[in-house]
Amino acid sequence: MNRFAYEEARLTESESFVSRDRNVKIYDGDQKTEFEDGEVVLTTHRLFWGRPGEIARAAVTLCLPLSYVISLSEETTASNFFGRKTRIIMHLRPPNINKAPGPLDTSRATHIKLSGKNGLSVEFHSALRETLNARVWEIALTSETIVKGVESMSSVGDKLARIQKRTGIGGIERHLEAKAKETDENIALAFQDLSVLMAMAKDMVGLSKNISGKIREQRGEISEDETVRFKSYLLSLGIDDPVTRDNFSSNTAYFNSLAQQVCQMLLDPIEEHGGMMSLADVYCRVNRARGLELLSPEDLLHACERLSGPIKLRRFPSGAMVLQLESHDDEVISIDTLQKVRDAESLAVEELAKQLRISLLLAKERLLVAERMGKVCRDESVEGLRFYPNLLLSCDND
Amino acid sequence: MAEFQWPWEYTFPPFFTLQPHEETRRQQLKVWTDLFLKYLKHVNRFTIDTNDQNLPLFFNESINRRLSPELILLILEQLQQSGHAAPLDKRRQEWHVYHYTLEEYGNMVYDWIQETGQTNSICTLYELVAGENSTQMEFHNMDEDVLLNALRLLEGKGKCELIEMDGSHGVKFF
Repeated sequence: MNRFAYEEARLTESESFVSRDRNVKIYDGDQKTEFEDGEVVLTTHRLFWGRPGEIARAAVTLCLPLSYVISLSEETTASNFFGRKTRIIMHLRPPNINKAPGPLDTSRATHIKLSGKNGLSVEFHSALRETLNARVWEIALTSETIVKGVESMSSVGDKLARIQKRTGIGGIERHLEAKAKETDENIALAFQDLSVLMAMAKDMVGLSKNISGKIREQRGEISEDETVRFKSYLLSLGIDDPVTRDNFSSNTAYFNSLAQQVCQMLLDPIEEHGGMMSLADVYCRVNRARGLELLSPEDLLHACERLSGPIKLRRFPSGAMVLQLESHDDEVISIDTLQKVRDAESLAVEELAKQLRISLLLAKERLLVAERMGKVCRDESVEGLRFYPNLLLSCDND
Repeated sequence: MAEFQWPWEYTFPPFFTLQPHEETRRQQLKVWTDLFLKYLKHVNRFTIDTNDQNLPLFFNESINRRLSPELILLILEQLQQSGHAAPLDKRRQEWHVYHYTLEEYGNMVYDWIQETGQTNSICTLYELVAGENSTQMEFHNMDEDVLLNALRLLEGKGKCELIEMDGSHGVKFF
């Protein structure tokens, strides 16, 4: 019964009267209390109990906020005179720490019972149930938080506007140092949620482009040392001037110059990877280097289709696509692969992948190329697919 | 009987997998068909069941490789094309496989008959394959059903006539 507090029996602004009943006594848990033969009033938010007449006078009475109520149940007892009567049991949450003082603050019971001489009236009982289901007190609470939420949103908007004002070219020159700090903030903000990121991505790239442009033009203003360092920061982010669709009027021009950039970027890595790189790897590498100006897989594919010169797009009969060095034709690959297979006597796809440190897909394609050239032959068994030097053919020549 | 000499391919695992590379596959099948004929001749068998799991021809225990039923069928069909095999049932599970084609067998028997002057006399098939006179011949100990087929071919050319008596066959050469 320690959830009750002494309060004046007045309705607050949004509160309204629901139901009342007379001759009600309260049990603290299963214990009888001195609060007998009183009057209960149910409002949308609270439950009051007072001696007859007290509530009408708006005197100080016992008050239980309905938000404490977890659930209702009932209990039927036999009475000597009137047969059966019903008690309401209200299961309650633990009391709030800052609750106003009330009767029996030391109670340990987690439920109370309402009972009357003849039990509680059916009307009051159903009214109580409905009120608890409606949870009117919660609605008031959430609408308050919505109001708060709107306020915080608008403050984000203010901040954005302020940031954009500062990203002029003059601003960059004057506050190159302050810029770094602000960019930090921008990045933090941009990653707060994706929609903001989308809105800011363009500005971010524009900003880095501006900075790199400035550095190229005005070497005098900042020391050589700083230029180099700053430039290396930008480069570590990726390509300093990513080719974007906006700069081109036609798709063809866009894809052509994109292809050129991809080619420049990947020439070294592909050589390192043994002359071949799967398109999935290419996609990851290119986009990592581009930072925020992400490419769609379609755009990349179109660009790769236009590749000419040292790197070419290659489509295997299996459908797998790779970028391949021009110098790496099937003959070279198959001879190379045959050598590997010969050294190991026989090779499974995963073993070759491990040896050459390439993906399974590429390893398999290499072996299949060699097989198509008749250099190796396959052995399919319960142990899996293995490739052997093609002794079936070459033995004749020996 | 001497141990059968397996070719080196028999211990080469890829030999048991049908090769997708065309030229390799052709070579592979050629070796297989040769091996089939040689092996069956060696053990003097004329029928072969594609479901015979334990036949060493289908299963090399030492490298644990087995011919797939599809590949067996492919080899047998290859043999059929060259006239060295014929399916015995509609499901193509039992096959006759013979080292010489039926025609070659027929000619062989006919030549032998002529050489030994047995034309115009009647002999039983059993005499032909198990008789003391024919021990040096290729068709000695051959399957009587196969011989019958070969002789039927010969009969078609008018070089002999088959006579059926009491469920067994006799033949008269001209």
